[in-house]
Amino acid sequence: MECQEEKPIIYTMENKPIVTCAGDQSLFTSLYTSLAQQLPREPMEWRRTYGRAPKMIHLEANFVQFKEELLPKEGNKALLTFPFLHIYWTDCCDTEVYKGSVKEDMMRWQNSLRAHGSADWVIIVVETNDNKKKNKTNILPRSSIVDKIRSDFCNKQNDRCVVLSDPLKDSSRSQESWNSLLLKLRTLLLMSFTKNLGRFEDDMRTLREKRTQPGWSFCEYFMVQEELAFVFEMLQQFEDALVQYDELDALFTQYVLNFGAGDTANWLGSFCAPVRNWSGLLLRRPIDMEKRDGIQRGEASLLDLRSYLFSRQCTLLIFLQRPWEVTQRALELLHNCVQELRLLEVSVLEGALDCWVFLSCLEVLHRIEGCCDQAQLAANCSHTVGLWAYATDKLKSLGELCGLVSEKGPTSEDLNRTVDLLAGLGDERPETVNSLQSPYKKLKEALSSVEAFERHYLELSHAAMEMYRAISRLRSARLVGKSLAEFYMRKGDPERAETFLQEALKSYVSEGWSLPVTHTRKQIAECQKLLSRTEDYLQTSALLAGDVNLTTEERKHFCQEILTFAGKSGDQSQKVTLSMGVFTQLTRLQFRPATASVHSGAVLQVELTLRCLMPVSVRIQQLAASIHFDLERGGTNGRSKGAQRQTNPGIVEFHQANPSAGPPSSSAGPSLELDEIQDRSPSDNSLNSTGVVCKNTHLVMRRHDSNSPPDTPNCVSPPAVAMKEGAQMLQVQDVTLEPGNNSIVFTAPSGQPGTYTLRQLFATVGQVQFVLPHIYPSVQYEVYSQEPQLTVEPLSEPLLAGLPQMVKFTLLTGHYAVKKGDALQLSNTDTMPILPSTNCSARISNPAAELVAESSLSIQSSEKVTSISLPPTPPYHTLEFQLEVLCVIPSGTERPANERLTNGEVRHRPRSYSHPDTPMTAIDQRMSIDCPWSIYSTLLALTFYIPFKTKHSLLSAGNRKYIQVCVQNVSDLNFTLAEVKLAEKQYASLELQSLNTKTQQLLCSKHSVFCLWEVRWKDDLPSCLQCVFSADFSPVNQDVSAFKPFHYQFQLERVTTLYSVQAEILPPAGEQHCRSGFLCGLEVSITRLTEPAEGEVAEDSKTDSDGLKTTKLMYEVADSSSNWAVCGKSSGMVSMPMAASATHKVQIEVMPLFAGHLPFPKIKVLKYLPHTAAVAIQPDPDSCVENDSLSLLDKTLDDQADTASIRSRGSVHSVGSSGDQQQKGVAMPRLEPFSPGQVFNHSHTRQVLVLPATDDHIMEVNAT
Amino acid sequence: MAVCIAVIAKENYPLYIRSVPTQNELKFHYTVHTSLDVVEEKISAVGKSLGDQRELYLGLLYPTEDYKVYGYVTNSKVKFVIVVDSSNTSLRDNEIRSMFRKLHNSFTDVMCNPFHNPGDPIQSKAFDGIVSGMMVQTG
Repeated sequence: MECQEEKPIIYTMENKPIVTCAGDQSLFTSLYTSLAQQLPREPMEWRRTYGRAPKMIHLEANFVQFKEELLPKEGNKALLTFPFLHIYWTDCCDTEVYKGSVKEDMMRWQNSLRAHGSADWVIIVVETNDNKKKNKTNILPRSSIVDKIRSDFCNKQNDRCVVLSDPLKDSSRSQESWNSLLLKLRTLLLMSFTKNLGRFEDDMRTLREKRTQPGWSFCEYFMVQEELAFVFEMLQQFEDALVQYDELDALFTQYVLNFGAGDTANWLGSFCAPVRNWSGLLLRRPIDMEKRDGIQRGEASLLDLRSYLFSRQCTLLIFLQRPWEVTQRALELLHNCVQELRLLEVSVLEGALDCWVFLSCLEVLHRIEGCCDQAQLAANCSHTVGLWAYATDKLKSLGELCGLVSEKGPTSEDLNRTVDLLAGLGDERPETVNSLQSPYKKLKEALSSVEAFERHYLELSHAAMEMYRAISRLRSARLVGKSLAEFYMRKGDPERAETFLQEALKSYVSEGWSLPVTHTRKQIAECQKLLSRTEDYLQTSALLAGDVNLTTEERKHFCQEILTFAGKSGDQSQKVTLSMGVFTQLTRLQFRPATASVHSGAVLQVELTLRCLMPVSVRIQQLAASIHFDLERGGTNGRSKGAQRQTNPGIVEFHQANPSAGPPSSSAGPSLELDEIQDRSPSDNSLNSTGVVCKNTHLVMRRHDSNSPPDTPNCVSPPAVAMKEGAQMLQVQDVTLEPGNNSIVFTAPSGQPGTYTLRQLFATVGQVQFVLPHIYPSVQYEVYSQEPQLTVEPLSEPLLAGLPQMVKFTLLTGHYAVKKGDALQLSNTDTMPILPSTNCSARISNPAAELVAESSLSIQSSEKVTSISLPPTPPYHTLEFQLEVLCVIPSGTERPANERLTNGEVRHRPRSYSHPDTPMTAIDQRMSIDCPWSIYSTLLALTFYIPFKTKHSLLSAGNRKYIQVCVQNVSDLNFTLAEVKLAEKQYASLELQSLNTKTQQLLCSKHSVFCLWEVRWKDDLPSCLQCVFSADFSPVNQDVSAFKPFHYQFQLERVTTLYSVQAEILPPAGEQHCRSGFLCGLEVSITRLTEPAEGEVAEDSKTDSDGLKTTKLMYEVADSSSNWAVCGKSSGMVSMPMAASATHKVQIEVMPLFAGHLPFPKIKVLKYLPHTAAVAIQPDPDSCVENDSLSLLDKTLDDQADTASIRSRGSVHSVGSSGDQQQKGVAMPRLEPFSPGQVFNHSHTRQVLVLPATDDHIMEVNAT
Repeated sequence: MAVCIAVIAKENYPLYIRSVPTQNELKFHYTVHTSLDVVEEKISAVGKSLGDQRELYLGLLYPTEDYKVYGYVTNSKVKFVIVVDSSNTSLRDNEIRSMFRKLHNSFTDVMCNPFHNPGDPIQSKAFDGIVSGMMVQTG
């Protein structure tokens, strides 16, 4: 208030624009309170120059008594002390008084204002009713005083005089006048601001433009612009105030940069002075007057200026409620200062900057903590964490500088340095003296002792890590952790260090950052060595020895570490097991032979390709692969499965991620392992379905957790290696692994048949054992055991019966070794004798089908057994030899009685059957072989084919009989037939006279030969003939010795001719010849030729009514070629007396339909069996059936009508004659054909001349 | 200009990282690796807002006393990180942006190479050349 005027202006937030008051002080005092209260109540719009946005502003004012001294002198740029408005207060209502004193006073006031060029004034005339009442007598118009004042002072500026009516009354009029007064005051104030600030800014700009002039000083300019900032701050325009500071900041920065670029400003010299004080930022005061004075005097250092500038910015930002910008700017500032000092080449005591940064960081953090609550702080960790980390960093480097990190504690030199650094801090600021946690105290304490340093450093580190974790900046947290680990290492606490290092390593490994991995791993190795964690250390050493990021020397060092340990002679418990992956990698595995399947006892080699990662060659005492043995009954042949289904058989490639570098394989996920499946039906092995299955779905489909990257081969900590001792091993001793690819050949055990799976791989180097816990993809090989196997197969297809044929015997010895004296015993059979041969040799070949030996066989045949003594043959070899066998062609219908073989088995009769593929008749010939390795006989079947098909037929000419045999060659060979013979077995008297002329005959493939014999007999022709056809045959162009016999047996029955049928065609009466279209007679005479035989009488004779024995025959005239029309009865019954030469004649009318030589109509004679005869008892003689080629009489009756009539008659007859035959079932009369040769037709194929009908179709043509 | 240029795969392993030979390579690896924290933070922050046309340039990731680390992320989440010396104050934001754009173009060319297996470390002379150009300019 008024009393403040004498005091020096203290720059606080209490600053308000100064308004002077002149005139009636008591009047003003009475109105002051309400004025000061009401002025800021309403905001005013402040229109700005230079296109700045208008602002609403609440105006306040500091009303002070007017004094001449307050008016700024020429050149004084101070804005804060600048009176923006001058008010003259008066309540004069008396003209006299006005004229007497007030006017004068006003004049003086006006003059002094004018003298200082101040045009911002206003005269307030206060009117009260009291005054009016008092002066009622000498009344002047109320307005007259105001008018007077206006006319006296306000030269055309009527608004400079304001009337305030009844200010202390609570009336609407008073309120109105207050409002207008306030509005006026605000308007005038703003006008003044605009005008004065505008002028100030213009001046300031002018000053700034002079900055290139030699005498220009930044500090001076700083003070000027800051003045503006103060005013904005005073007007609560913090944004504008901040802008001023930012401009100053930028200006200064630019100068520093220009300096760096070589453009030096003189004034910058003061900032380049060596830094003597590094007490850090001070943010607790709104304005750090000490620093400001320094700047004003041009004595401030760069740090001072920056500190001051930042403290002001900080203050304004906090006013603006932007604390997080403070932290961000603070970090920038600190970095920037360090850079600027470097750029300006300001000499700074080592560590001083660290002190300054450390203190500043903490100061900023404290300041922020002071204006935010805990929740806000926690939520905005991301803004503060940078400062925490920076402070941590700085404290660490300070600690290192002052020897507080080493194990031994600080040296005297370190102590001196500490003292110097502490000296630069100066005394603690009074603001924080009472605070226990002030940055100053912290730093001092931290630097005072090793323990205190550790406490503070850990506190900071953990705080920073916590915050990083809280905002999930895990990498940053780990980096802090790593730095903490380095601290612990320095302190000689490797145990704690390792924890942090391992954590960091995990993240580097999982994200595939090889260089950090290597570096961290090296640190871990150091820890582990210190902790004498031998196993871990060796594992890490192994990793490092194979790490390409390291120099060869380093790698050799780590490799040597392992070898040194390995070389130590220690007890067995000292053995260390390490993961093999880091030492050497299994890249390839190859089986020899490639099928990975051998018979038991055979040699199987496994070649491993190992990529040794060590930098030097390593001698390995033992390299072994443990084997899991599975007694699986595999097939006899090696089945390829699992890993062996690569394109290259027998080669398994192992793909591994590089353990030390490269992107983690997890990124791509495990590759699909596909397998083919085929579902076959169990019954016939036909394919039901086929498909592809993924074998490692559990890996592929596994959810990839972003937080826990899947384990990669380059494990952080080596996995626990479990060594499984297998009973069997592949092993080699004393191998030297050179760096790079090594090839090692193992001989795999193959004793027992089964499946061998390679499980683990071990490499033993002294005390160290490297283990590959799983060989993946799984590798297995099979050892099989095979039973001896004997097969017989034809050397050439097809095997022909009747001729000597070569068959090949193949013996796969399997596990059986053929010893000397072992022999195959073949049971002899009559149907397939084994032909002795002179040069019979056996070939022995090994599993790879290479001929090993050849030796001759000795074959001994006894009556029942053929014994083939085998040459000695090793197991799993193949023995081959050939034998000549002959399959006897079975001759017709003969059925030999079952025989017993030598071994007691029932001999299997070779059955002939017709094969669908070939026209030849096949015979399966079984062989029974006794083998030395088995107590059971081996049964083998061979299929032979009969090259011939034979048919026979009986031909008759009246009573004479002929037998025809047709031999058809159905094979592909040409044969010669010789010695064709036919014999009758039963009747010696019977003579078969050959009508064949040639002795030898060529029988070409697919051709036939017909042979004919006449049967002659003396007494009686037997009704049944047992004939044997025999011939010798050999393939064409072979000598006589090669002829083999061929037999064919057959039986003929009912050979005798019983009836002869004679037909005669009689032309119509009076005609010489038949004519077409005219009826002629057909006379059929059936004559019985022989006395009935005994069987025949019983068989089909019956006693006729007249006591004569008769046979009933049925005749039938049928013309299939439509040459004849049978008129009237075409068939009928004839009763033949059972006596020789009995003849029956039948007359039938036929009509030739064509002219020419017409064949006679066919006449059939059938046996008629009346219903009384025993119907079903008499079977047809089967000989006729068997001789399928012989033409039987056509059983089918062409003339259906006649047959029907016969049947109906028969049935009538049967019904009428006998009712007591019902039990017979079928009592129908029956027709039965005669056997061929029983009826001889004389007129068969006879022809008769038929003339055409009368030539009435000849036309007479007359020419006129 | 730059002291270190890195290309980092979507899965955060380095596809390419090169730094000026005079300085400690390891330090840059650590710096770039740590900067991924901020990259991830910024990406997720962008993801939350409606970013249909996402700005690939992430700006200054974080300053250290000696270096400024800038980030850029492609739509396929491949990250580019450029580390610039703090003392190099002449570098404007726009220049950094154009560096990233150039880098991105070259990276696209590498990806277009049918013989390049995406996900493998970048071994391309052309790309090397572009990177060298960016690092050489300041010497």
